[in-house]
Amino acid sequence: MTTALQERMQQAFVTHVDDDRLMDCMRCGFCLPACPTYIHSNFDETQSPRGRIALMRAVRDGQIMWDGSVEESFDLCLGCRACEPACPAGVQYGTLIEETREAILSAKSQTMKEKVIRKGAFDHLFADQKKMHTAVNLVTFYQKSGLQKVVRKIGFLDLFPPFMKEMESVIPDPPKRKRPQGQQGEVKVKVAFFAGCLMDTMFNETNRNTIAILEKLGCEVVIPKNQQCCGALHGHSGELEKSKRNAKRNMEAFQLDDIDYIVNNAGGCGAFLEEYDKLFADDPRLYEKAKQFTAKQIDISSLFVKLGIVDFLEKLPKKSTSKLVTYQDSCHLRNVTGVKDEPRQILKAVQDCTFIELPNADLCCGSAGIYNLLQPKMSSVILKSKMQKVQEVSAGTVITTNPGCLLQMKVGIEREGLTSTTQAMHLVDFIYERIFAQ
Amino acid sequence: MEEYIIQKLIDITGKENAKVTIAQRLAYSYDATANFQAMPDLVLSPANMGEIQQIVKTCSEYRIPIISRGSGTNLAAGTVPNAGGVILLFNRMNRVLDFDEENLTITVQPGVVTQHINELVEPKGLFYPPDPSSMKISTIGGNVSENSGGLRGLKYGVTRDYVKGLSVVLPNGEILKTGGKLTKDVAGYDLTSLFVGSEGTIGVITEITLGLIPTPQTKQTLLVFYDQLETAAQTVSSIIAAKVVPTTLEFMDKGTIENVEDYMKIGLPTDCEAMLLIELDGDMQTVGKEMQLVLKICKEHGAKSTQLAQSEEEALQLSTARRVALSVLARKRPTTILEDATVPRSEIANMVKEIQRIADKYNLMIFTFGHAGDGNLHPTCLTDARDKEEMERVEAAFSEIFDSALRLGGTITGEHGVGEMKAPYLEWKIGESGIEVMKGIKQSIDPLNIMNPGKIFAKDRKQRVVVHS
Repeated sequence: MTTALQERMQQAFVTHVDDDRLMDCMRCGFCLPACPTYIHSNFDETQSPRGRIALMRAVRDGQIMWDGSVEESFDLCLGCRACEPACPAGVQYGTLIEETREAILSAKSQTMKEKVIRKGAFDHLFADQKKMHTAVNLVTFYQKSGLQKVVRKIGFLDLFPPFMKEMESVIPDPPKRKRPQGQQGEVKVKVAFFAGCLMDTMFNETNRNTIAILEKLGCEVVIPKNQQCCGALHGHSGELEKSKRNAKRNMEAFQLDDIDYIVNNAGGCGAFLEEYDKLFADDPRLYEKAKQFTAKQIDISSLFVKLGIVDFLEKLPKKSTSKLVTYQDSCHLRNVTGVKDEPRQILKAVQDCTFIELPNADLCCGSAGIYNLLQPKMSSVILKSKMQKVQEVSAGTVITTNPGCLLQMKVGIEREGLTSTTQAMHLVDFIYERIFAQ
Repeated sequence: MEEYIIQKLIDITGKENAKVTIAQRLAYSYDATANFQAMPDLVLSPANMGEIQQIVKTCSEYRIPIISRGSGTNLAAGTVPNAGGVILLFNRMNRVLDFDEENLTITVQPGVVTQHINELVEPKGLFYPPDPSSMKISTIGGNVSENSGGLRGLKYGVTRDYVKGLSVVLPNGEILKTGGKLTKDVAGYDLTSLFVGSEGTIGVITEITLGLIPTPQTKQTLLVFYDQLETAAQTVSSIIAAKVVPTTLEFMDKGTIENVEDYMKIGLPTDCEAMLLIELDGDMQTVGKEMQLVLKICKEHGAKSTQLAQSEEEALQLSTARRVALSVLARKRPTTILEDATVPRSEIANMVKEIQRIADKYNLMIFTFGHAGDGNLHPTCLTDARDKEEMERVEAAFSEIFDSALRLGGTITGEHGVGEMKAPYLEWKIGESGIEVMKGIKQSIDPLNIMNPGKIFAKDRKQRVVVHS
């Protein structure tokens, strides 16, 4: 490690990582039991929020030399932000880890490997919804053409981390793009739908189901054109400028005067959308605009509850015998948006299933954006323990409220050989089946 | 520490249980005490008593400091490795060894998290009463070494009252077993009590036998507000004088109430001087009767208002203000320093007034809440460690607070321990002869001073590295 990098790194931390925010940590340790990487590293303080904040400070103050061990601690953070509700002093950990990643990125020249992954995913796909559709069309082609089998046979995917292979085998068939049906009956609430890049492509069906349920519950749903990926994946990786670019475009795409809410069905996106104001804290004009934008945000489960879905579901006739269903929290929906009761209320209201609480449902599943691709080892350890809990409660269905979590649950089910007994579903799809299926 | 010694030590636990990197050592350079930090040379996680013996023997041979550390939640810099050396972790020694329902004891390794003990024994109708605020995180080994208190101290006592037996690796590597599953045991000096609260300075605790008691049948919660500090304090004394011993009897001063209300907007009256949170537990009939008596006493002393919880939810709601007090205060300024000056119950009002006077004198933000029932107050100073001039005033103010506590017949620390932070003040409390006796004990058990050096006794063996963060 050169001295030049050392100095650059310290300088980058001084520039990007806010001193006052670091000072908020009083080192009480209340975050420790909330942190999945602390728990799964056999209680290693290096892998805890308190440890990471101490490291940020130490790098910033030039108290320690920058090396691989320091970097690893930051890399292993899931960014699930479970430490934030646990913190008595209100430390803005999510912001701190993003600032840290931004500092690291700016200080060091990226290795080729990372460059390829980051460029491919962030600069192009997630920035541009059309390209995203094209990419998914390619996946469709790849699946339909029979190429899939050939590719699997020659082991093309061996070039990627082992996880990628399993991931590939659970990606749902991309559905055809169809315009959702118009709303019928009396309009109670007018909402704009935030489609989300992953949700709009790989999980397009879930989006259509979302709209169908909203319309059934009396919403008029508009889908503003020109909306972009929320920018969360960029932000979590330290590419805050690119997040801001997407944020600005989204703030322009949504006409706030006409609508009551902006609804999303992905916990990760929702959390990022509702913190757009933080991105523009230094720009009074954009900050005001962002404040208005964030004020309209709502997640799908909260909106469903507001629209009376609990009553609605309770009145539906019971169709089949009672099945056990459980719920894995989306970290960002729970820890950032603060929504934990609504998805559970909805599931409890479903007539033909019995809701059972998943022990440690509030602990991250290890998906964490693209963490499972970057840190396959830690992610696997976390996922394995998650799957043990799923088996303990013998739930036939695991519900999630975020695409990353959903894919991760599907991978876990496949990996543990539970496909014959257990399925993972998005809350919306599960409810859709209850309302619309014959 | 020289490389070959580090290697020798790593060989004992295996390298997968040793932490040597910069990041790992930095992560064990602090505890929950503001402004204290120093890097250890090595962090080890032994698997059993045998490995600890080997580590201690090696450290003894090369005069290497050993610092036993639980979860690092202590507030007196008791686990900061100010002379470098080896941090001993108990993350691999966190098993319950024996749960004996006939003798009402549980024997555990030091790494068990305090709350887990209660989670384990509660379904059997049993209860481990000491409840430090950090019990979700802190380990029982840490609690025993610090003799931790908690909210239930008034009625149920502190950690010492529940430790019945210990296994300890002594600084020479030998094993000492004290006490046992006994109610009566007068075989010689009470060595168990000696090790409880010894802050890792005379040995490494490796096994702990704790006493348990039956879970109380029911609990009732009452919130009371006062116009005057004195009347609140008199209420506390009168309740005890009426032979009612609440399980918790918590206090908040005006500044704390105002801050909590300002932040939480839960409808606390901000025009009052003091708040008491009173909880009674026991069998249904007694609790009901005693609560009526407590209510009567509160009114006789001119309580401004009283709220008695009618349900568990309501009880939780009433205790919110007290539960969030530290959290709310901590958000006000960058650095939070939580102290634990303690006075006899009868002196609570005088002590709170002293704290307010001293805060004004040094122009500092100090608010007080705490355990009124046992006189254990938490004057909490909100400051900024980056401001050297202010930090000097903070230090002067706390010196004066300790001095006041002692003059009122109190102590410099009720439940946090001495550690490195309070070491300079210890003599104020126990006098020269007290220091001599304690030093004599330390010297006879740990003549090489390898067990957590620089703690309890002032004058560091080696210059400590203080990081003003």
